[in-house]
Amino acid sequence: MTARIGVVTFPGSLDDGDARRAVRVAGGESVALWHGDADLKGVDAVVLPGGFSYGDYLRCGAIARFAPVMSVIVEAAREGMPVLGICNGFQILCESHLLPGALTRNDSLHFVCRDQRLRIESPSTAWTSQYVHGQEIVIPLKNGEGGYVADERTLDELEGDGRVVARYLDINPNGSRRNIAGICNEAGNVVGLMPHPEHAVEDLTGPSTDGLGFFASVLSLLVAVGSL
Amino acid sequence: MARVVVDVTLKPEILDPQGRAVQGALGRLGLAGVTSVRQGKQFVIELEGDLDADRRASLDELAATLLSNPVIENFTLTVEDAG
Repeated sequence: MTARIGVVTFPGSLDDGDARRAVRVAGGESVALWHGDADLKGVDAVVLPGGFSYGDYLRCGAIARFAPVMSVIVEAAREGMPVLGICNGFQILCESHLLPGALTRNDSLHFVCRDQRLRIESPSTAWTSQYVHGQEIVIPLKNGEGGYVADERTLDELEGDGRVVARYLDINPNGSRRNIAGICNEAGNVVGLMPHPEHAVEDLTGPSTDGLGFFASVLSLLVAVGSL
Repeated sequence: MARVVVDVTLKPEILDPQGRAVQGALGRLGLAGVTSVRQGKQFVIELEGDLDADRRASLDELAATLLSNPVIENFTLTVEDAG
């Protein structure tokens, strides 16, 4: 027995297949969820994958936020279900107000695609318990609107409460305030991350297997809490 | 028929790299003295019949949720009498 992790497909999602594969590589059972169904199919956790949901029209994630599946995800997340938003998924979590702040156009105006070094700043979330504080990892980053912004008070709160989950090292690829690559909610069950751990789970295709820890973390948590 | 125009702009403290790129282009094309360009969005919404209070309230709500993101954007909503 293992945990069931849902991966939502929106119109324009790109990385749903890789996210489902990452779940399986980590030892979980992946469950495909559909944007138009307000049904979580009994999953234990959810991944909102990267891509360009609804063509990124209006603002990234702005229309996906109102998809039927999001109403049940927002409710479940508030009750403690682990949710990981990657790239476009991070944007959707911010638009849904599950996470504070917003993602804006890269300050360089360029789409950035690179293997990015990160520092894990908080191993005490549902998705990062397999890492140690300060651990450095390399996973792919690919975004055009990945600049994390929030007002100074919110940024200070995130820092003070240990809710900055990962920070960019070497360069700040998109103008994110305080080099923030990922954050979590107060309870630590909802994590948003701009780089892509699901692309770094196998030596054959990734720059590392450093991304596997995100999926292994939530699986070990779900087994530990005996939700199975 | 009623026409409603919603203008959405980035808050002043939010960096606008697109506006900055346009500012550079204006200078290169010979316009001197441009100190700032901010890029925004305009939604022109046409509705059947008169705009009653209920639909006006819905529009205010949707302008603040769907059409703009209050974390980074401001909006103005103008009702035009389309006759």
